[in-house]
Amino acid sequence: MDINVVAQLNSFLAAFVLLTAFGMLVQRRMYGLVHLFAWQGLFLSINTAIVGFVAGKHHLYISSLLTLSLKVFLLPYILHVLIQRLKVHKEVEVVENVPMTMLMGIALVIFSYYLMSPVTQLSTLVTRSTLAVALATVMIGLLMMITRKHAVTQIIGFLAMENGLFFAATSATYGMPLVVELGVALDILIAAFIFGIFFFHIHTTFDSLDVDQMARLKEED
Amino acid sequence: MKLYRFIIEILQIAILLGVAPAFTGWVRMLKCWSQGRTSAGIFQPYRDLLKLFSKDVLLADNASWIFRFTPYLVFGTAVLAGAIIPMLSLELPIASTADVIVLVALFAIARFFTALAGMDIGTAFGGMGSSREMTIASLAEPAMLMAIFTVSLASKSTSLSQMVHVIYSGQTVLRPSIVFALLAFVLIALAETGRIPVDNPATHLELTMIHEAMILEYSGRHLALIEWAGMMKLFLFVMLGVAAFAPWGIAESGDIVAISAAFIFMVLKLVIVGIVLVMIETGLAKMRIFRLTEFLGSAFLLATLGMLSYFILE
Amino acid sequence: MLLVLLVVPLFAAVALAFVGDRKFAPEINIAGSAATFVAGAGLALQVYEQGPMLAGGKFFFVDAFNVYLAVLTSFVSMTTAIFSRRYMRREREHGRIGQIRIRFYHAMFQLFIFAMLLCLLTNNIGILWIAMELATLSTVLLVSLYRTPTAIEAAWKYFILCGVGISQALFGTVLLYFAAEKVLGEGGEALLWTNLRQVSGSLEPTVLSLAFVFLMVGYGTKVGLVPLHNWLPDAHSEGPTPISAVLSGLLLNVALYALVRCKVLVDGSTHSHHAGNIMMGFGLLSILVAAFSLLRQKDIKRMFSYSSIEHMGIATFAFGLGGPIATFGALLHMLVHSLAKSSIFFTVGHASQMHWTQEMDRIRGLFKGNPLVGWGLMFGVMAIAGMPPFGVFTSEFLILTATIKDAPLLTPFLLLGLGVAFAALFRRVQPMVSGEAPSYQKSMKVAHVPVILHMVLVLVIGIYMPAFLNNWFHTAVELLK
Repeated sequence: MDINVVAQLNSFLAAFVLLTAFGMLVQRRMYGLVHLFAWQGLFLSINTAIVGFVAGKHHLYISSLLTLSLKVFLLPYILHVLIQRLKVHKEVEVVENVPMTMLMGIALVIFSYYLMSPVTQLSTLVTRSTLAVALATVMIGLLMMITRKHAVTQIIGFLAMENGLFFAATSATYGMPLVVELGVALDILIAAFIFGIFFFHIHTTFDSLDVDQMARLKEED
Repeated sequence: MKLYRFIIEILQIAILLGVAPAFTGWVRMLKCWSQGRTSAGIFQPYRDLLKLFSKDVLLADNASWIFRFTPYLVFGTAVLAGAIIPMLSLELPIASTADVIVLVALFAIARFFTALAGMDIGTAFGGMGSSREMTIASLAEPAMLMAIFTVSLASKSTSLSQMVHVIYSGQTVLRPSIVFALLAFVLIALAETGRIPVDNPATHLELTMIHEAMILEYSGRHLALIEWAGMMKLFLFVMLGVAAFAPWGIAESGDIVAISAAFIFMVLKLVIVGIVLVMIETGLAKMRIFRLTEFLGSAFLLATLGMLSYFILE
Repeated sequence: MLLVLLVVPLFAAVALAFVGDRKFAPEINIAGSAATFVAGAGLALQVYEQGPMLAGGKFFFVDAFNVYLAVLTSFVSMTTAIFSRRYMRREREHGRIGQIRIRFYHAMFQLFIFAMLLCLLTNNIGILWIAMELATLSTVLLVSLYRTPTAIEAAWKYFILCGVGISQALFGTVLLYFAAEKVLGEGGEALLWTNLRQVSGSLEPTVLSLAFVFLMVGYGTKVGLVPLHNWLPDAHSEGPTPISAVLSGLLLNVALYALVRCKVLVDGSTHSHHAGNIMMGFGLLSILVAAFSLLRQKDIKRMFSYSSIEHMGIATFAFGLGGPIATFGALLHMLVHSLAKSSIFFTVGHASQMHWTQEMDRIRGLFKGNPLVGWGLMFGVMAIAGMPPFGVFTSEFLILTATIKDAPLLTPFLLLGLGVAFAALFRRVQPMVSGEAPSYQKSMKVAHVPVILHMVLVLVIGIYMPAFLNNWFHTAVELLK
């Protein structure tokens, strides 16, 4: 494949990853969120495979497959089942001030670009320009966890952050060593089981998954 | 030679005036089909216009000159805009004197006067429509400019002909910034031309109408002009989108063969855009007006992302 | 030896998952931890005699710095296991937790120890991150063990905040790898700390400075540094007390260890005090905020978790300050704080079981009620507040001396923090230990051994520093220079 075409495909997919991140930031419906998350995983997976192909790094194929199975199928499936079991699929979350959140997201993108520009200049890889997008995805995941008040949404924000980190590893260095990638995937899997258990605990204890209700532990004056 | 270019210009305006109602008819026809109704045919808009032109104008007692002047102004700006956007050929004498920003300004003038006219009579609906229209405009225009700036960043010019030239010569096909700008443009175009999910062009339901509310008091040839201008606006937005994002087919020279080919391409594109538009419109429900900030906010976001990705990714 | 050290807790975790609620489960827990400790001590001897070593194809790396923390970890986990036998039995009798949760508790406890040891011993900074995340994940459900609304809230906060924090650390690690890859080439080699250390001079300074900011935020969250500390008091106060003891005494140390390892690399690259300054800032802020928060606490475990933030702040500050004296002080401080704080949590656990409350206003007359708990708490607080002749005094004194020498302007702030913390702790502890025992106080059997063992060690280190420990720290200080 022509290196130029690859660079373009890469930035194209990066743009879509960013777009899905923004989509998740303002998506109200639970299933919509899960689907967006799955799409993001798919873009990442394709991107990883392309990068692996052009850079001749075969371990990236494994990462790509791992992403595909974990983040496109398994995690969305788990979330789907959880949402169904917890009967929150009809819940529409109140998202405060969407335009403001979007503007903050844009500010984060600019901030990431600013932060990453010295690093990008040092890099010689085809994928270097997407590093800023990767950081922006992490930051938007963080923003999502701050602005959203639903346990499921917060977890999706957390997973989106993880996606951004994976993306960062791919674009900065053609992926971390395989041992590390596998370990991170394992951690995410464990985390998935833990939050699954947690959802039920929260649901039975608080009768809702709104984390705003969990505000008993505060500093007393 | 110079004269010849003016002939193309005039030809283009003629096509604008002639084809715009047909495009509206095509969209309505498709919509009828998609909803399982019998359509009135592609030429129904012409018959409507003809009917309106032959009727008398009924003016309210307190209508000022603004009310009477507005239809001609709206119609005039639409025609002028049509002279700027390259539809058939890039060699337009007027296009070199006016760029995209002028185009946005032309649409803004038309909207401004329509809103004034809506309030002029002093009926409740007119004022309501004007207020809603301006709300949308205040959100849509920045987004529109942002989308246009993104495209002009990529082509390093705000002149439409120049943009097309760059796209013709460019090797880059997959540009995230352009894709974002296109998505933003689609959202804005839906809002600006009053289509679902922002406004419903086919309804006169008090609570939801926006554009129709402003022109509720018009009749006869005034209404005909405004309706015609509305059809032209839809047509122009399609042409603007085509010129900025998919110009293939537009003639670079004034050659007769090239221009005829360009015409065929144009009709083809119109057919396709019509289908896409109807698919969007049947797939979506009209939004509550309070959700519009989010809809146009997304358009702004997309346009900004397009601009950012130009800097970050390209 | 090294392999044994890692395999024992893992094996114990699996075994305990199967043993479940049998009567001898706590004993297996103790035996597993004791075996881990023996292995740790053996490894330490080996390192003490032969110097730093690589093992498992460069996958593990042991030097004076991490082996002392590994021994500390295995030791405190052993004493905590002893303490938890009595403590958990009492909780069980009171019906606060059931069978399945006991099984879960034991297995996760061992898994947590494994994660921390892996974190300490690995040579790969990627694995370091993974082990750190594993340590978080294994304790999240332990914090929510009681399933009360507050416990679940605390655990959720812990999960989310630490998850977010540690993600930043991964980004920092990616950046570090990015810089390393240029020098060391691709593959696992470029993530090995020993390799990075060798070439740290030629790593790109701008990238490393940026990476350190992310690593600082990430691992700093786990250390509990202000303003990233929000999870800590909740997680410590709502979980079972043995877990509070290991979180406070061990996990924070391990996170600080990770941070210091990264700082060494960054310092080698930038040749400036950039990383140190950041650490000093976070450390000092933590000391001050925690000291003033101590004044307002009503919950006993919450109060001592703020004290942990304060002490971690001191250690971070000292590592940031750099220089042989401060680093020595910081290493010593990590050791004595860990011993003293876990011992305090043991006594606090018993005290709150005796009164069935964690509210300090309702805990009274501990001297009369149970002398060991009363005096244990009293001495523990004296030790942690930095009274001579306990070890904490020695380490704080060293750090203070170094501060006066290298950063005299910061001395008043440091002293203010220490003074306020001292006053706050004593104001609260005094009424709890003295006076008549209230009617609702229940007498109970308590675990003597861990408390006495820890306090004696802290005292010994304060009065007379054994030569081998001294040597050890000196070697570690050399390593961290």
